[in-house]
Amino acid sequence: MAGIVSAASLLAACGANATDPAGGSATQTPLADVPNTFEQITNYNNYYEFSTDKQAVNPLSANFRPTPWAVEVGGLVQNPKTYALEDLLRFEQVERVYRLRCVEAWSLVIPWTGFELNKLLAEAEPMTSAKYVAFTTLLDPEQFPGQSSPFYPWPYTEGLRLDEAMHRLTLIATGLYGESLPNPNGAPLRLVVPWKYGFKSIKAIVKIELTETQPATLWNTIAPEEYGFYSNVNPEVDHPRWSQRTERRIGELDRRNTLLFNGYADEVASLYSGMDLSVNY
Amino acid sequence: MSRDKGFPWPRVLVHLLGVLPLASIFFAALTGRLTFNPIQDIEQRLGRAALYFLVASLAVTPIYTLTGWRSVLPRRRALGLYAFLYASLHFITFAVIDYGFDLREIGRLILEKPFILLGLTTGLLLLPLAVTSFDYFMRKMGKKWKSLHRLVYIAGVTVIIHYAWAKKGDLFALQGDILKPLLWGLLVVSLLVLRIPAVRRGVSGLRQRVAGRGKVLKSA
Ligand code: HEM
Repeated sequence: MAGIVSAASLLAACGANATDPAGGSATQTPLADVPNTFEQITNYNNYYEFSTDKQAVNPLSANFRPTPWAVEVGGLVQNPKTYALEDLLRFEQVERVYRLRCVEAWSLVIPWTGFELNKLLAEAEPMTSAKYVAFTTLLDPEQFPGQSSPFYPWPYTEGLRLDEAMHRLTLIATGLYGESLPNPNGAPLRLVVPWKYGFKSIKAIVKIELTETQPATLWNTIAPEEYGFYSNVNPEVDHPRWSQRTERRIGELDRRNTLLFNGYADEVASLYSGMDLSVNY
Repeated sequence: MSRDKGFPWPRVLVHLLGVLPLASIFFAALTGRLTFNPIQDIEQRLGRAALYFLVASLAVTPIYTLTGWRSVLPRRRALGLYAFLYASLHFITFAVIDYGFDLREIGRLILEKPFILLGLTTGLLLLPLAVTSFDYFMRKMGKKWKSLHRLVYIAGVTVIIHYAWAKKGDLFALQGDILKPLLWGLLVVSLLVLRIPAVRRGVSGLRQRVAGRGKVLKSA
């Protein structure tokens, strides 16, 4: 019952403006963003290292060991260093309530805690030749049963252009709802890039590397015509599988219209001025 | 009706299986197990139920070929109709619950997304089969009935591609979330291969020889 009840109560909490009485599958005006419940955020997860079943991730991740943890920062930087989790928690921790938009056309609103990635990169001092930041997830099939599947080029990798990585919205999340990051959400630390589809926000990071060339990313390697390097949320740029025009906010029954850059266009659109977003999808 | 053969357990079993997916959706709803995205979960469960029954109906003749068990044959119609029932519920969930019967958006989706077009193709292939599944049409259409119902072989192929393309990954590159569609696809291919007349003759010949030898041994 839990799922249905909390879905209904969230809908009720959003009040009359959350649903469009005139009908239609998506309302026209941007709707209020109410954070999803902790239960929703930690029980509906795409984390293929554990399972492709979103509900199975939480139980399967119960025994994952997020501590001790180390993150290697290297590549084209002046100050390569391996950070223990405690070292990273010394960067100024902020709370950010962000929308998270999955490429599968559902979304959540999550109150993250974490630090801006630019703080860490500033300390590492990228060389002038550095153009991209590459991220790698822990490779450990014993803890990640999904990594035994031969159908994926494990470990998970992701990447950003350096200016995207330096943007003040780009977060390394170390917690949510004031708690340390739960296992199903990528403990102990993950990337959060709120204007990109969720799969860009790589989980359980062990390596951050500055590179000169665009790094390979897992989904782009599997299906390049579907998952571009940029993968900015964009209702106008179509995806062969899911329509990106609308999305379903977890806990709501109607669909919402998807917003350009997931609603963060004012902050980030300038990163892409002059680029054709349907070519650089 | 033919003479009484006792409790008709194959028939009862098919109907128990037939209501199982619906029962499990209701049970999951009552125990909060439809995930936090219940519309999508129901849509996917109904799609998978339709797939299971479609494959089961395709399995009837091969099971007969392999085992010589005659009483599976009359179960095919019910299995096919359950496939159609779940496909219809799957489509209704997609069109009415997921997309709020927004015909313009549904039309765009069908045109833009090959995987949705393939789902619709599968559904439209099953429609005339369901309609003509009654004895009346079987008698009235004679030979044509059989050729019409061969459309189910095409439906078996289109649904696998529909299933695989609904998942993140690339079936043909063997990459991504394709293990289950791949296994179901291999099953469908085997079931189709077992229908090729030469294969079928070979298999049932083999079976009769094995069965014959058994008899000889027993009588000896
Ligand atoms: C009649 C038109 C059809 C439409 C518009 C349609 C649409 C869809 C959509 C949108 C999905 C993706 C659901 C999601 O992941 O959110 C899907 C998945 C699926 N559909 Fe269909 N479909 C149709 C017919 C069929 C038929 C006839 C079958 C089987 C006989 C079928 C079997 C499946 C299966 C197995 C899945 C994957 C379920 C999963 O992810 O586990 N569909 N369909």
